Amino acid sequence: MESSLAAEQQRILASDWGGGKSPFGTSWSKFMMWIFIISDALTFAGFLITYGFMRSISPEWPKQTEVFNMVLITFMTFMLISSSATMAMAVGAARARNPKLAVRFLALTIVGGFIFLGCQAFEWTHLIEEGARLTTNPWGVPQFAASFFVITGFHGFHVFSGVTILVVVAIRALMGKYSGDQVENAGLYWHFVDVVWVFVFAFFYLL
Amino acid sequence: MSESHTGEHVHHELGFWRKYVFSTDHKIIGIQYLITAMSMAVVGGTLSMLMRYQLAWPSMISPTLGKLMPDAFAGGVMKPEFYVSLVTMHGTIMVFFLFTAVLTGGFGNFLIPLQIGARDMAFPFLNALSYWVFLLSCIVIFSALFVTTGAPLGGWTSYAPLSAIPAAGPGQGTGVTLWITAIALFTASGLMGGLNYITTILTMRTRGMSMMRLPLTQWSLLITAILALLAFPVLLAAGILLMFDRMGGTSFFVPAGIIMNQMPIEHSGGHPLLWQHLFWFFGHPEVYIVVLPAMGMASDILSTFCRKPIFSYRMMVYSMIAIAVLSFVVWGHHMFVSGMNPFLGSVFTLTTLLIAVPSAIKTFNWLGTVWGARIRFTAAGLFAIGFVSMFVSGGLSGIFLGTSAADIQLQDTYFVVAHFHLVMAIAPLFAAFGGLYFWFPKMFGRFMNETLGRIHFWLTFIGVYCVFFPMHIIGIGGQMRRIYDPTQYMFLVPQQPVNVFISIAAFILGAGQLIFLFNFLFSIFAGKRVLERNPWHATTLEWTAPTPPGHGNFGEELPVVYRWPFDYSVPGEKEDFIPQTVPATVVAKQ
Repeated sequence: MESSLAAEQQRILASDWGGGKSPFGTSWSKFMMWIFIISDALTFAGFLITYGFMRSISPEWPKQTEVFNMVLITFMTFMLISSSATMAMAVGAARARNPKLAVRFLALTIVGGFIFLGCQAFEWTHLIEEGARLTTNPWGVPQFAASFFVITGFHGFHVFSGVTILVVVAIRALMGKYSGDQVENAGLYWHFVDVVWVFVFAFFYLL
Repeated sequence: MSESHTGEHVHHELGFWRKYVFSTDHKIIGIQYLITAMSMAVVGGTLSMLMRYQLAWPSMISPTLGKLMPDAFAGGVMKPEFYVSLVTMHGTIMVFFLFTAVLTGGFGNFLIPLQIGARDMAFPFLNALSYWVFLLSCIVIFSALFVTTGAPLGGWTSYAPLSAIPAAGPGQGTGVTLWITAIALFTASGLMGGLNYITTILTMRTRGMSMMRLPLTQWSLLITAILALLAFPVLLAAGILLMFDRMGGTSFFVPAGIIMNQMPIEHSGGHPLLWQHLFWFFGHPEVYIVVLPAMGMASDILSTFCRKPIFSYRMMVYSMIAIAVLSFVVWGHHMFVSGMNPFLGSVFTLTTLLIAVPSAIKTFNWLGTVWGARIRFTAAGLFAIGFVSMFVSGGLSGIFLGTSAADIQLQDTYFVVAHFHLVMAIAPLFAAFGGLYFWFPKMFGRFMNETLGRIHFWLTFIGVYCVFFPMHIIGIGGQMRRIYDPTQYMFLVPQQPVNVFISIAAFILGAGQLIFLFNFLFSIFAGKRVLERNPWHATTLEWTAPTPPGHGNFGEELPVVYRWPFDYSVPGEKEDFIPQTVPATVVAKQ
C-alpha cells in the first residue's frame, strides 16, 4: 500500500500534467495568446453568422464581381498572406537569437500590413464615392453594404491593432528589450488576423 | 512567471493605496470584486422589492413614494414604464454584475492561486485591469438608473426590435446605449479575467497538483472560464451590431414595416430572430457560467462539513464537462414560441433533456456525500445543503420548460420566473453565501458570527421557498412575466392574494439579508479572531497558508501536493481529515 502510493506520487510528479510546470511546455503568455485567439475567433464567428443570416433571408444579393475590384482584392489578400510568411521568418530569426534579422522581417511584415490597410482604405473610399453607405447602397440590398462595412471594418481594426503591436515589438527589439516570446505572441496574433481574412475574403468576395 | 511573486522573503511593505486599492494581488482583487458585486446586489435587490410592492398592491396610492420618486410614482402610483425598467435593471444587475461577478470574479480570483498552490495569477496586472474595467461597467449600468428619459425597459435579454430603435420607448434611448456599453465593458473585463483563470489553473499548479487532484471548485472555475471565453464574444458581436442598428441606422435586427408610437420606422431587411439566436447562444452558457462555480464550491463545502469524501469525484468532473458541452447546443429552448419549426424544437428539447442526465448525476452524488454523514451544521454547511435543495427544485421545473409541448403553455409566465430564479439565482446565491461563511476566515482573519449565520440561513431558506414556490402556481394560472398590474385581467384577480403573500414573504426575505450584511461588515472589523490556519479542518491548500495569507500566499517554499482534496474520515487515521500536503508514507506510519 505504502509503496504503491509512493509510486503513484512519483508517476504524478514525473508527468507533464502533475504540476510544477506548464503541461504545454510553453510560457504562460503564449498559452494566454492562444486562448485569447480562440475567444476573438468567436466574435468573428458571431459576425460571419450574422452575414450568412442576412444573405439567406435576403431575396437577392448583389453580384460581387460587379461591385468589387477583384484585382485589388486579390492583391491585398496576397499582401496580407505574404506578410504572414515574413512574420514566420521574423519568429524564426527571433528564435535563432538574431535580432537584426528579426527586426528586418518585422519591418517587412509591418509594410505588408500597411499596404493591406491602404488597399482597404482605397476600396472603402471607392465604394463610398459610388454611393455606398451603412444604410443604403446603389446595389439595392441595404444589408450588403451594412455587413460589408461593419465586418471588414472590424477586421481592419484588428489589422491596425496588429500593426501597432508589431511596431511596438520592433521598437523594443531595436532598443534591445527583446524576447523571442514577445515576437512569437505578436506573430500568433498576426497569423490569426490573416486566417480571419481568408474567411472574410471567401464569404464576401468569392461565395 | 512574474519575478515579483517569488515569496514572502522579497515582500516589500506597500502603502495603503497600493496594498488595498490599486493592488495586483489576486486576494485583494477577489475581495474588491466581492464587495463591488455585493453593492450591486443591494441595488438589484432594492429594485425587486419595488417590483413586489407594485405586484401586490398595484393601484394603491402612496403619497410617500410619490414624494420620494416623483418621476417614477406620479401621483403616488408607479408608472408602467418604470415597472418595466425595474424588471430590466433587476435582471441585468443580478445576472451579470452580481452572480457572474461574485462567483468567477470574487471567489475565482481569491481561490484559484490559493487552491492550486500558486503565488498569484499568471498575469496579475491584467487581473487588476479586469477589476477596474468591471467597476467601470458597474458605474455605467448604475448610471442608467438615473437617465432623465428613463432606464432601459427591454428586459435583461434586450430583445430587438425594441432595443434596436431608440424611439421605441422612454428608456430605449440613452438607457439602452448605456446598457450595451456596460455589457461590452463587462465582456472585456470577463475576457481579461478568464484568460488569467484558464492559464493559471492549467499552467501554474504546484508540484503534485495533477488535474485529478484539483478541488472541484477549481474544476468548476476552469470550465466556467472556458464557457465565458466562448460565449461572451458572441454577445459582444451582437451588441456591436445592435449599436450599429441604433446609431448607424443599419437594419441587422429590424424588419421592414414596423410602426412604433404611430411612427413608421425607416428600417428594412433585418430580422429580430437573429438577435435572439445570438443572445441565447451566449445566454444559455451564461446560466452555467453562474451555476457551475456554485456547484463546485457547494461540493467542496459539503464534503468538508459532512467529513466525507465527495461521492464519485470523477463523475462530478465529467458531468461538469458534459454540462458545459451541452450548454452550447440548447439555446433554442428559449425560442420555442418564436415560430421555430416544430421538428427543430424537438431537437432542442432532446438536447435540453440530455442536460438533466449530468445534472442528476451531480445531484445523486451530493446526496451520496450527505448520506450517512455526521454533518456539521455550520452556516456554510447549511447553505451548501440549501444549494442542493434549490438546484433540485429549480431544475425539475426546467424539464417541463425544456419540453417544447409544455413550454408553449408556460412560456413567459410566472412558472418561468419561478424556475430560473430558483435554479440560476437562488441556488448560486446559496453557494455564494456558503462560500462567504466558509472562506471569510481566510479572507479577513476573523469568523462571521455563526448564530446570526444560522438565523440568516433559515430566514433565507424558508423565505425563498415562500417567494418562489407559489410563483409556479400563479404561473400555471396564467400570470404573465413582466406584467405591471395583474389585476387588470379578470382571470388573474382571484390569484391576487397569492401575489400579496409572495410580496410579504419577499419583504421578510429582503430584511433577512440585512442580517447578513450586518454580520459581514461587523465581522470584518470585530469578528472573532481566527487563531489557526485551518479552522474548519479542511484539506485543500488554502488552509495550509497563513490566515490571512500574505503577499505570495505561501511561505518561502510552495507546498507539494501528495493526495486528492477529499481525504476526510480515512479509516484507521487519528484525524478525520488529511490535508493535501501530507505525504502518503508519513500518514501510513502513524
